[in-house]
Amino acid sequence: MFDMINFLFADRMSGLAGDWLAPPRRTGRALPFMEMAAVLVSLLAALPVLFVGWMAWTTGWRSSAALIFRPRVGELLVNTGLLVILAVPLAMVVSTALAWLTECTDLPGRRVLSWFCVAPLAVPAFVQSYAWISLCPRFQGLPAAVTISVLSYFPFLYLPVAASLRRLDPALSETAAALGLSPWAVFARVTFPQLRLALCGGALLIALHLLSEFGLYVFVRFDTFTTAIVDQYQSSFAGPAATMLASVLVICCLVVIVLEAAARGDARYSRVGSGVARRPKPACLGKTAIPCLACVCAVIALSLGVPFVTIGRWLAAGGLAIWRLDEIVPTLAQTAILAFAGGVLTTAMAVPMAWLSNRAPSRLQHGLEKLNYVIGSLPGIVVALALVTIAVRVVQPLYQTMATILLAYGLMFLPRALISLRASIAQAPIELEQAASALGRGPAQALFATTIRLAAPGAAAGTAMAALGIVNELTATQMLAPLGTHTLAMRFWSFSGEIDYASAAPYAAIMVAISLPFTGWLHVQSKRMAGE
Amino acid sequence: MKSMTSRLAGALAFALISTAAYAQSDDGLVVYNAQHESLAADWIDGFTKATGIKVTVRHGGDTEMGNQIIAEGKASPADVFLTENSPAMVLVDKAGLLAPLDKGTLNEVPAKFRSKDGNWVGIAARTTVFAYDKTKLKEADLPKSLLDLANPKWQGRWGASPSGADFQAIVGALLQLKGPKVTENWLKAMKQNFKEYHGNSTVMKAVNAGQIEGGVIYHYYFYRDQAATGENSKNVALHFFKHKDPGAFVSVSGGGVLASSKHKKEAQAFIKWIAGKGGQAVLRDGSSFEYAIGKGAQANPKLVPMKDLDAPKVVPSELDSKKVTELMTEAGLL
Repeated sequence: MFDMINFLFADRMSGLAGDWLAPPRRTGRALPFMEMAAVLVSLLAALPVLFVGWMAWTTGWRSSAALIFRPRVGELLVNTGLLVILAVPLAMVVSTALAWLTECTDLPGRRVLSWFCVAPLAVPAFVQSYAWISLCPRFQGLPAAVTISVLSYFPFLYLPVAASLRRLDPALSETAAALGLSPWAVFARVTFPQLRLALCGGALLIALHLLSEFGLYVFVRFDTFTTAIVDQYQSSFAGPAATMLASVLVICCLVVIVLEAAARGDARYSRVGSGVARRPKPACLGKTAIPCLACVCAVIALSLGVPFVTIGRWLAAGGLAIWRLDEIVPTLAQTAILAFAGGVLTTAMAVPMAWLSNRAPSRLQHGLEKLNYVIGSLPGIVVALALVTIAVRVVQPLYQTMATILLAYGLMFLPRALISLRASIAQAPIELEQAASALGRGPAQALFATTIRLAAPGAAAGTAMAALGIVNELTATQMLAPLGTHTLAMRFWSFSGEIDYASAAPYAAIMVAISLPFTGWLHVQSKRMAGE
Repeated sequence: MKSMTSRLAGALAFALISTAAYAQSDDGLVVYNAQHESLAADWIDGFTKATGIKVTVRHGGDTEMGNQIIAEGKASPADVFLTENSPAMVLVDKAGLLAPLDKGTLNEVPAKFRSKDGNWVGIAARTTVFAYDKTKLKEADLPKSLLDLANPKWQGRWGASPSGADFQAIVGALLQLKGPKVTENWLKAMKQNFKEYHGNSTVMKAVNAGQIEGGVIYHYYFYRDQAATGENSKNVALHFFKHKDPGAFVSVSGGGVLASSKHKKEAQAFIKWIAGKGGQAVLRDGSSFEYAIGKGAQANPKLVPMKDLDAPKVVPSELDSKKVTELMTEAGLL
């Protein structure tokens, strides 16, 4: 769920702040081992896309076309398109308004409120949807899908927009006002353009989540490509029909990524001049403070209140009987093992690329890194479909093993680990590594003795973010899990599928409880990035 | 420095060891189960209690697991396959992946509830029903036949779960009884008329909440909910089509032993136990509300007796799931 949120910060923020203080180009001795490892990881990461292409090739043009160009795919395209077109702008408006109110005004209680604006990330989207559907069963279809998507994902926009607002140089808007622009015109012509990077990045992140989410839309009876792929998978296992739908989904993702790149543009947003920017003076809300506060509270009530109240209600209704500890404890243990092992593997996979991008950047490395981000943004269902088919057909010893599911997690959550690690390796001075070499250590030893140690906090953060993603992952886990595996998300899904909402509640509560501290950390992190 | 490196190494080692320990644990008898998780759990508990044999389950849908077993081929880790409906079992049988069952096991159930070739046996049965909102529909308004639901007057008024194996088995029966032309047209009309849900429980819940007037599901969802809180079925009543209508189709859940099984003896014992007294008693006394079908076994007394259902004559081992998926994909239902 937090895919690439760090990406937003590391990448966008360095774009905002770093242009005029570009770090000197560091050159180190690229360990050939590192380069080979990075190429290997990238090849693995490219598997899902290669797989979809290969399947389309072996299915043949005629059969592929028959499976792709049919009315059902058209329906799905319309549904998925409408979802993105409606939910993304709505999320932009909501999060910009919230960010402005909590960062740039004298809204009462805005520090606490800003934390509440990030906290909805702790509620997995399918739990959010479960809460809504049990609160108002009639709320279904497109309106429900759009509303619940916005409530689940708006913090992805809130975080970067709030961080950008915090860093705005008030001199610019003051100059514009002094030149006679009205407050609205100042916002439209000065403030808004400066938020463009944050808005584009957050919007991309949300759009990709909309494309890959499954559980949320099943609850509200809304078909998207991802739900249709799962349906096909359940009817025919890994047949060509599922893969052809997946190929269209991959194209949708690529289109979204290209659109974002185009919208982002290449304007520069950095401040040039001596000294530092003043802290902006908070706008005085005056009489509008109360209605504004009410609006902020309403969004928080809808996005946090509804799931908490519903989960609480089901927990109360179920009483002690639903806390079947003989099921819950092993499930929690298995989930923890998967999350921990997956997180560690993901970080290990990210090390070569993160190191190269700092120590020995090259055109090849840059291309591979971009590729890793793009692949990491593909829906879990596509990755899972690829790995299931490859394992069952080509490398059967790996089929239904821990190795395969961990690899899938590695591919899906690589960007999270990569970003954290890249940023922290950048902070480890290369001189230490050189000194270690000069004192007689071999390249790998020197690396371990210096950079890896200094990058440990970043590695831990990356591992934690990947682990969190794994805890809340559903579709890929269901398809790839080794025999006898039950995760929190799987149990939740199977109970809620039988309309046993009360028995599902403990699992929902545990998932939220595990995720909540991470959102707090994310909030602190974003403040730190913004220099507070 | 040492402490940091060793701590990192320690974390990695722990991850590897815990992973290995978890992956290496002996699975015992491996069951690929497409039946309801709770029913399978009751069966497995009973079997393990009676025999001391450890069982590991993998859950999934009928056709998903059937196709999965075929994709896995001879290397399949599964020893036993249990389905909710017969088509997926037929699929696996046609692929030549089932081992013949012991005579004694086959004799536990009447001939009409097992495959002709003796490779799988019925373990439970369920009947198709039209679950309707009794506050909205009178008996006279109910469809006389499943085919009536294709009529434009039913537009937007009924629901089903087309991605589920249950509904696909019903379509399979329709295909066998009325042929591909009628089935194709019915599915196309259905696409216009019906509201799509995921899962039969969800369909019933929607009927209960007044979102649709009726839904095509199996009978036991209603009885289960009634036996529990009744929260999702208080406005619901069941309509049995009877008169040998395709809508009165009784679907047979199957059990079979994989030819590639490395625990054949235990696997055979497992199927025999389920088809025999022990497993059928679970159906009678438990909370599954599926029909017991073993010779001399009694169904749960709360159910409408099987002989009153007046079901059409469908040959379970000739249900064609592949054709069904094709027709449904063509009709835009999948």
